[in-house]
Amino acid sequence: MKRITQHPLFWPVITLALLLVVSALFQPSFLALTWRDGHLYGSVIDILNRAAPLMVVSLGMTLVIAVRGLDISVGAVVAISAAVAALLVGGSFSATGEVQAVHPLWVALASALAVAAACGWWNGLLVVKAGMQPIVATLILMVAGRGIAQLLTGGQIITVYYPPFFTLGNGFFLGLPVALWVAGALWIALHLVLSRTALGLFVRSIGGNPEAARVAGVRSSAITLCVYTFCGLAAGVAGLIVSSNVKSADANNAGQLLELDAILAVTLGGTALTGGRFTLAGTVIGALIIQTLTSMIYSLGVPPEVNLVVKAVLVFTVMMLQSAEFRQLVARLARPDKSLAGNRR
Amino acid sequence: MKRLLPLTVTIALFVAMAAFGAVRYEGFLSLQVLLNLIIDNAFLCVVAVGMTFVILSGGIDLSVGALIALTTIISATLLDLGWNPYATMATVLVLGAAFGALQGFLIQRFNLAPFLVTLAGMFLARGCCYLISTESIPINDATYAAIAQARIPVGGGASLTIGGLIALAVVAIAMRIAHSTEFGRTVYAIGGGESSARLMGLSVDSTKVGVYLLSGLCAALGGIVMTFYMLSGYSLHAVGLELDAIAAVVIGGTLLAGGVGYVAGTLFGVLILGIIQTLIAFDGSLSSWWTRIVVGALLLLFCLLQRLFEGRTPRAS
Repeated sequence: MKRITQHPLFWPVITLALLLVVSALFQPSFLALTWRDGHLYGSVIDILNRAAPLMVVSLGMTLVIAVRGLDISVGAVVAISAAVAALLVGGSFSATGEVQAVHPLWVALASALAVAAACGWWNGLLVVKAGMQPIVATLILMVAGRGIAQLLTGGQIITVYYPPFFTLGNGFFLGLPVALWVAGALWIALHLVLSRTALGLFVRSIGGNPEAARVAGVRSSAITLCVYTFCGLAAGVAGLIVSSNVKSADANNAGQLLELDAILAVTLGGTALTGGRFTLAGTVIGALIIQTLTSMIYSLGVPPEVNLVVKAVLVFTVMMLQSAEFRQLVARLARPDKSLAGNRR
Repeated sequence: MKRLLPLTVTIALFVAMAAFGAVRYEGFLSLQVLLNLIIDNAFLCVVAVGMTFVILSGGIDLSVGALIALTTIISATLLDLGWNPYATMATVLVLGAAFGALQGFLIQRFNLAPFLVTLAGMFLARGCCYLISTESIPINDATYAAIAQARIPVGGGASLTIGGLIALAVVAIAMRIAHSTEFGRTVYAIGGGESSARLMGLSVDSTKVGVYLLSGLCAALGGIVMTFYMLSGYSLHAVGLELDAIAAVVIGGTLLAGGVGYVAGTLFGVLILGIIQTLIAFDGSLSSWWTRIVVGALLLLFCLLQRLFEGRTPRAS
């Protein structure tokens, strides 16, 4: 029993299960899955679909946090990637009434991802080469990035008319949302790379003690740079999913506050903010917790305004549970006789 | 001397931008345009001063923007209920200070990351705003309207608002606190090295709580200044203001790692943010998003400068 409760994923899984049970109790149709129009349909699928962009961003954030970093620019990168993709795909009606893309779809997607990766690489450069604190280094792009996205779109919402672009955010493959496949594929690929190669060990060692890792021969700078680049890339993928889902790019609002949700998802999943210890599965569960909570609040008919307060309470609770000082305090309060005995001795 | 260099760069940059505006645009270099920089950014200035102390102590406070919104909405609600305007101001100041102190207590007592605690604080404050009202509440109180319209002549036909005056007073008081009180010296010492400050016998614990209390108080005061400016309470006031405040502090030459910086620098940081917007407004052909891009570029410039200075300062170790 103790082995189960001490498993790092125990609390995240319990939290998610609890949220699902509460949702199912209040809304009997919550867990129902039906097959309609060639794909699965139901609240759970909806949650999975909506959580996909957050999952993708949070996976990138997990690695950044694992190497003692932080990336608060992901929301801005989502906006940039969405803007680039929407601008390049565009979509105009030809004489025959057919919608044509301005540039081939793959060019647009690849460009958006390349720009997003470049944003992450830039963050990494500032952290590794210029030696800035991660929060400061990424603050620069967080402030300027949304401005750049607005510059690209001219402050307008860019609407995309080219149908194939919508597949990523709205399509289904083998009955499940394409966005979910993308997030799942990224998770599995990342898991394989980190567990089958030494890379996972290197990331853990950099997060555990950067200096010791460097002295031990781990190429900290190169790996940290890669991790930030990957985080940018992940934000780019999320930007594509988001813009494809709403069939447009809104530079002002795309990815707004996403960096905070991503950090929250990573923390909820059990990754230590101090670096070194990370869990990809935990992050995925963390992202699902956030989305389930949001959906639950909507479906329970509670005013959506409460969402932020609930999130705040959630963050406070998780922080307290992770704090060694708080656990000591609770332990002392729970067993006053023992601590007294300890004092007497 | 070396420590004054970032501040000198900040002031020189401000003067250069003002000179650029004066040469390029007619009517730019008037006392009223300069005073408007303070008037239009009074709330930012007050908040940034509080943020300066937090950053000097090596922490960060992300909750200030949301706290401002909460202050405006509580003020508007209380005034709507027929409260005395001065009692309203006192209440929100106490609430702001208590909110900040609570965050400081959590950070200090349970050794939590300031980033996370104030992030949760931001969610909480913004959420409370929505709970109270999702609509903008107008303020019709006679006293508030009178304060909002009052202009204090400063000679030469130029004038200052009460909000602007409060901002300048806050800067003056904060400079005094930072540089000639025990609290101020302890803040610098904590930013320089918390364990050394503790070993020196300084009251690290209470000062850390005090820093966040001060930031909460400044945010509430900033909220009051904003109600004078906007004459409304709204849950979407001051979205993202914490970023502007942090940017102003950094551009003002304060080291984000803590321990180095000046309150006066923050004033100039706010003025630089203001003058960028004024320049863009005077130009007329540039869009508002250039503000963000220029602020980002300035942030980069100052962070790189700071790294350069840090690199050259010989380390004691």
